[in-house]
Amino acid sequence: MFGWVWRAGLLICGLGFSNPPSAPPKAVPLAVAAAGDLRGTLEEVKAAFEAKHPGATVELTFGASGSLTAQIQQGAPFDAFLSADEGFPEQLRQAGLASADGPFPYAKGFLTLWVRREFGLDPGRAGLRLLLDPRIKRVAIANPKVAPYGRAAEAALLREGLLDSLKPKLVFGDNIAQAAQFLQTGAAEAGLISQSQARHTALAASGLAWQVPEEFAPALRQNGVLLRRSAVPDMARSFRDFLVGSEGQAILSRHGFGRP
Amino acid sequence: MTTLLDWEAVRLSLRLAAASTLVLLPVGLALAYPLAFGRFRGKAVLEALTSLPLILPPTVLGFYLIVALGPRSPLGHGWENLTGSPLVFSFSGLLLAQVFANLPFFLQPLVSSLGAVDRRLLEAAATLNARPTAAYLRVALPLAWRGLLSGMILTFAHAIGEFGVVLMVGGNLPGRTRTVSIALFDQVQSFDMAGANRTALLLLGFAFLVLTCTAWLRGKERAWR
Repeated sequence: MFGWVWRAGLLICGLGFSNPPSAPPKAVPLAVAAAGDLRGTLEEVKAAFEAKHPGATVELTFGASGSLTAQIQQGAPFDAFLSADEGFPEQLRQAGLASADGPFPYAKGFLTLWVRREFGLDPGRAGLRLLLDPRIKRVAIANPKVAPYGRAAEAALLREGLLDSLKPKLVFGDNIAQAAQFLQTGAAEAGLISQSQARHTALAASGLAWQVPEEFAPALRQNGVLLRRSAVPDMARSFRDFLVGSEGQAILSRHGFGRP
Repeated sequence: MTTLLDWEAVRLSLRLAAASTLVLLPVGLALAYPLAFGRFRGKAVLEALTSLPLILPPTVLGFYLIVALGPRSPLGHGWENLTGSPLVFSFSGLLLAQVFANLPFFLQPLVSSLGAVDRRLLEAAATLNARPTAAYLRVALPLAWRGLLSGMILTFAHAIGEFGVVLMVGGNLPGRTRTVSIALFDQVQSFDMAGANRTALLLLGFAFLVLTCTAWLRGKERAWR
């Protein structure tokens, strides 16, 4: 009886550990940690880069820039990090975790107000004050503690004098992609997210987007950094060059990012 | 960008769950003995300690593990010197986290089955000069096989489903620490609702199957007595 249990256990393990023959041996992948506003954009950059560099694989992990920075400081094995601001890459450089080349700008990100279409509210006319409308019960932003877009959203509301009155309505996504997902599922009626998420995902069809003007929300200067402990520093460098080069920039601008 | 299912994540989850079950087997067997048969001071404390993950938020476990395994801790630092890669954000780190998180799922059915074993059989074994360990492994355990099997199945299943600890200790690295439950989270965040639906359905079906199996095993055990 007991022997049977052992055999069952071994069988389970055998199933788990054996790789199916279809999986080809993989080269060392390039692990890229990226801010949530790059979701939907960087996948395209990855595909274009891999097409140009046969044999290279890029693996993407998205999250709030601050959370990813914390993970890198705790030893997460990333080769490159694309932040939604300048501060976090600089923090990694000061911690001695950046490669000698230092941080590099790769895009500008724009804070964008998104509101569900059915209310008939015109964000172009009302601006941020539109969020005071009683039909808007929840306003999604990213967590300001870890996400640059969340910080920018809070600052913009503060500058417009709306932060206190809107506080009860605010719901926080862990990163900007999660805030956008609150809008997508209808959990929130309006939100302050990235232009890339508001205009270039499924949200574009279901809502109206309005770029928050510079005087309330200066464009986010998005910097990246290559990490010193990378096992594939050459591939990381060519990925950076591709991203800041004309092909990478064309993809970024198609998804609503500005030139760095 | 959508694929039918994130097979890489499925494979990783299966590997992680199998390894967690395997590692928990000796650890769990060693802990189950005092919990089922021991009479000693502090037994309630041991019981509480091994049941903690049942009610402890996974973030608490995740937090302590990050502190204990991170590159600045002696354990994490030593591991990194030894293997060249950090313990957090790796398969080994996840495995260690899973062993802690799954202790109660392995132990509870096993201990309850062991508790139901007729003591007279163990006493008989003792009069035949069997040492306690031998009586445990060769008399009690074969009689409690359904509890052991339930524990292993539950551990395996719960290891597949674990989310919070895996996200905190593992990050979300494709192919390395992105398990199926994390892949689902990732799909939802990237607007891939169809993919998320398939992943969720797979996990739902699996959990249902597992619980049906263990309920059936429990029913058999009662009927058999």
